[in-house]
Amino acid sequence: MSRRATLEAAVKLGLTADEYAHICAIQGGEPTYVELAIYSLMWSEHCSYKHSRPVLGRFPTIGPRILQGPGENAGIIDVGDGWAVAMKVESHNHPSAVEPFQGAATGVGGIVRDIFTMGARPCVSMDSLRFGELTEPRQRFLLDGVIGGIAHYGNCLGIPTIGGEIYFEPSYEGNCLVNAMSAGMIRTDGIVRAIASGVGNHVVLIGSKTGRDGIGGASVLASQEFDETLEEKRPSVQVGDPFTEKKLIEACLELIHRKLVVSMQDLGAAGLTSSSSEMSSKGFVGLDIHADRVPLREADMEPWEIMISESQERMLAIVTAEQIADVREVCERWDLDCTVIGAVTDSKMLRIWWHGERVANIPARRLADESPVIRTPSVKPGYIVDEPVAVNDAAYPRPADLGAALTQLLAAPNIASKRWAWEQYDYIVQANTMQIPGSDAAVLRIKDTERGIAFSNDCNGRHCYLDPYRGAKAAVAEAARNLACAGALPVAVTDCLNFGNPEKGEIYWQFEQAVEGIAQACEALDTPVVSGNVSFYNESFGQAIYPTPIIGMLGVYDDVSVHIDDAFKDEGDVIVLLGAQAGWMDGSEYQKVAYGKVEGRVPDVDLQLEVELQNKLRAAIEARLLRSAHDCAEGGLAVALAECCIAGGSTGGAQFADPEAPRSGRHGRWLGADVDLGSAAAVAGAAGRPDLALFGEAPTRVVVSVAPELLGPLDEVLGGLPHRVLGRVTGANLRCTMEGKELFTVPVGELHSAYESLPQRLA
Amino acid sequence: MSAAPVRFGVVVFPGSNCDADAYHAVSTFPGTSVQYLWHKDTDLKGVQAVILPGGFSYGDYLRCGAIARFSPIMQAVIDFAASGGLVMGICNGFQTLVEAGLLPGGLIRNTGLKFVCRYVNLRVETTDTPFTSACAAGEVLRIVVKHNEGNYTVDPETLSRMQAADQIVLRYADAAGKQAAGANPNGALDDIAGVCNEARNVFGMMPHPENSVEAHLAGGADGRQLFQSIIDTVLRPAEVTS
Repeated sequence: MSRRATLEAAVKLGLTADEYAHICAIQGGEPTYVELAIYSLMWSEHCSYKHSRPVLGRFPTIGPRILQGPGENAGIIDVGDGWAVAMKVESHNHPSAVEPFQGAATGVGGIVRDIFTMGARPCVSMDSLRFGELTEPRQRFLLDGVIGGIAHYGNCLGIPTIGGEIYFEPSYEGNCLVNAMSAGMIRTDGIVRAIASGVGNHVVLIGSKTGRDGIGGASVLASQEFDETLEEKRPSVQVGDPFTEKKLIEACLELIHRKLVVSMQDLGAAGLTSSSSEMSSKGFVGLDIHADRVPLREADMEPWEIMISESQERMLAIVTAEQIADVREVCERWDLDCTVIGAVTDSKMLRIWWHGERVANIPARRLADESPVIRTPSVKPGYIVDEPVAVNDAAYPRPADLGAALTQLLAAPNIASKRWAWEQYDYIVQANTMQIPGSDAAVLRIKDTERGIAFSNDCNGRHCYLDPYRGAKAAVAEAARNLACAGALPVAVTDCLNFGNPEKGEIYWQFEQAVEGIAQACEALDTPVVSGNVSFYNESFGQAIYPTPIIGMLGVYDDVSVHIDDAFKDEGDVIVLLGAQAGWMDGSEYQKVAYGKVEGRVPDVDLQLEVELQNKLRAAIEARLLRSAHDCAEGGLAVALAECCIAGGSTGGAQFADPEAPRSGRHGRWLGADVDLGSAAAVAGAAGRPDLALFGEAPTRVVVSVAPELLGPLDEVLGGLPHRVLGRVTGANLRCTMEGKELFTVPVGELHSAYESLPQRLA
Repeated sequence: MSAAPVRFGVVVFPGSNCDADAYHAVSTFPGTSVQYLWHKDTDLKGVQAVILPGGFSYGDYLRCGAIARFSPIMQAVIDFAASGGLVMGICNGFQTLVEAGLLPGGLIRNTGLKFVCRYVNLRVETTDTPFTSACAAGEVLRIVVKHNEGNYTVDPETLSRMQAADQIVLRYADAAGKQAAGANPNGALDDIAGVCNEARNVFGMMPHPENSVEAHLAGGADGRQLFQSIIDTVLRPAEVTS
């Protein structure tokens, strides 16, 4: 125990001189090394949210359905009939950039523990991923490793991974994003919180043995930018063991359901340190932890290493003396270690013992909840412009062949089908999946009820870069719109806010703007933020990622049988566009793919119109008036139409022209569409160009199809909402005209080939 | 007829993750009862049909099913099979039956080297088993596969013996029931998706019929006929043991 806790040692652990002085003041002099190591983790950005806390207060977090808001392992939302959903999203960006397979795998493991810690059985995972361009071999390596890691861990646990989203932009090249979302089902009367109580109760460590893996993960990896030392950080990445986690899920849920534990907390970032200090702080009690009683993988570990190890698949439980025998019996049945490592005290201190000697003595509350708060003065970045781009023929020459432009967009990695990824996920286990990946939302039934739930996740990082306020607001609106397209009512948000270095004024400005955009959209859509995660320092060599506030949203159904997908169903159905915004060039996929530019100012979501559109869309679906609904997102109206065609197919079709039909669970042959966009001025804005009408992007637009005889009733439901008939579902081609003049005709088979071309880019 | 319920048992190994789905699937059939059989137990509790479910028994860190076959419950399953009891292995359960020597062949890594979850079409090659008797010969079932090691392989002599004895039960095919390039998700020899033993009372398949028993779910309901076959067989015991 010769290590000194000097200022030099503190700086090495990632603390500042001010923070070190603050620690010395709390501890009444130089702390012990164990104490210093504990502070360095708990006061890291990752654990303390020191830069984000003052801004996050802006979020709406309460509502009649919200049973648990931010501050616990996961948020919990009442979904009816005594059922609730626990949900959270969390980043594992830096570990994945260093070691993609294990980084992503343990990201899944960590978020799943957050869900079952509260007593919920995990029922769905979705992942939001960002990489650099696939033309770079390292990016293909990262993508392959991340998808493999998610599949390896999630499939083994038997939790369906029902899609997610993947985007490729140069800004993520040195710093990929891996945001894992998980949700679980729980009875409203069965919620367990991570609050220690009952002086004299046992502190019990359950699960894997503790090793040197992941030492300093939260401080070294998560709270610093990347530079040329990337490879050296590999030892800070943990290695996952999904088999042990699967046993932990079953054992812990049994312990909770049989009420054998007082409370429970998983060991995530900062391991035993964060779990013990948070549990004691929340319970206004102290904890005595005997580090020498922790089962180890390596016998010579020092107490500070044991306290901050991030070895995976471990849980901390508070158990009464009467119930410890039952707890041991359950753990033994599942072949899991179960060790009493300490006790609850009335000292309000976190005390660490090592063979009878006290090596740390820290006021739990000051450690967990009174870390310093830092608010960087924000600076509006110079690249931000206030006006949309002028779409003139000099800067944006008109494409010669609009059909070719469409297939080029469909083949763009950001738009192309991600089947290659999601076919590696078990999306059907647990027998609740009603909508498989590839549509706007994941839909699940709740067994033994008529109810259902739906999930979506969204964020267009390019839009957030051009205008973080508008982009983040649009991400919330789009996540809700995706749920509405499936017929679900959006009720709550979990968010993962990925940004660069918050010590820089420009980054802090992006962060504040994005939070404001999310807050306003969540207020308008009545979707409180119930949980989430902030990931800063997403920079490499000083270059920040696009601001990327990922929005994960939960939707609910009273009657899940009304749900629909995006696929056109039958020839002759009428195609209707809801919403009337003209397409914008600014920040569009078309701008990037066809012109190699990212510039301008993205459109602002009219939240009042958005709410009206979603309510009426949902009303039409609940009245069973619609055959399909699909959000117009990247690639605009033309790509949305193409996706509805590719996904479509009549159940009565005799031939199987669609080679994906059998393996996607779809029957039949492709369907085409014959649509007229209307007048150029109305659909293409001031520029009046057909390519903007086709590929320009704007929020609050949805393509639906309806049986001809139901068009009248649909009109009644839509009322004053801007909408117009575009055309009909037809045979094998997508044909677009503008005021009767043909723009292009492309066989759906060609659209499909382009849309399914992602594997060719990975070869 | 208010006969006693047909009694199913679902084995639970550590790492099984389709045990609850198999349990749920059976319980969607009227006139059945179902219970879990714990891997450390040695008693099949009087069930009339045993299902070894999908999942990752013992993490499948070794060859899939290689550890599970040594579980105490497996000796009871082997004895049960030897006395003519109906045993169905799904995915990891199939792998375990192969490891236990109850079914011929082996299941190796998919040719694509990746986990694959997708709908496949299965052609019913024989209805002369207790697991397919409710199907029509040549019928195509659309069911989901999800596995990393589903590539069935067997030596040529055994394969000929199996073919002669009508032990190939299910083959991957296209939607029209023809063996076709692209229809086989894992590279399995001769497009084999499911096989039975010579006595026809032990059956293994890689696809997951337990996820295809409810028409309103994404998995559809094509798996029902396999479970229905078992129920029919148990209710007509004379035909199996003959």
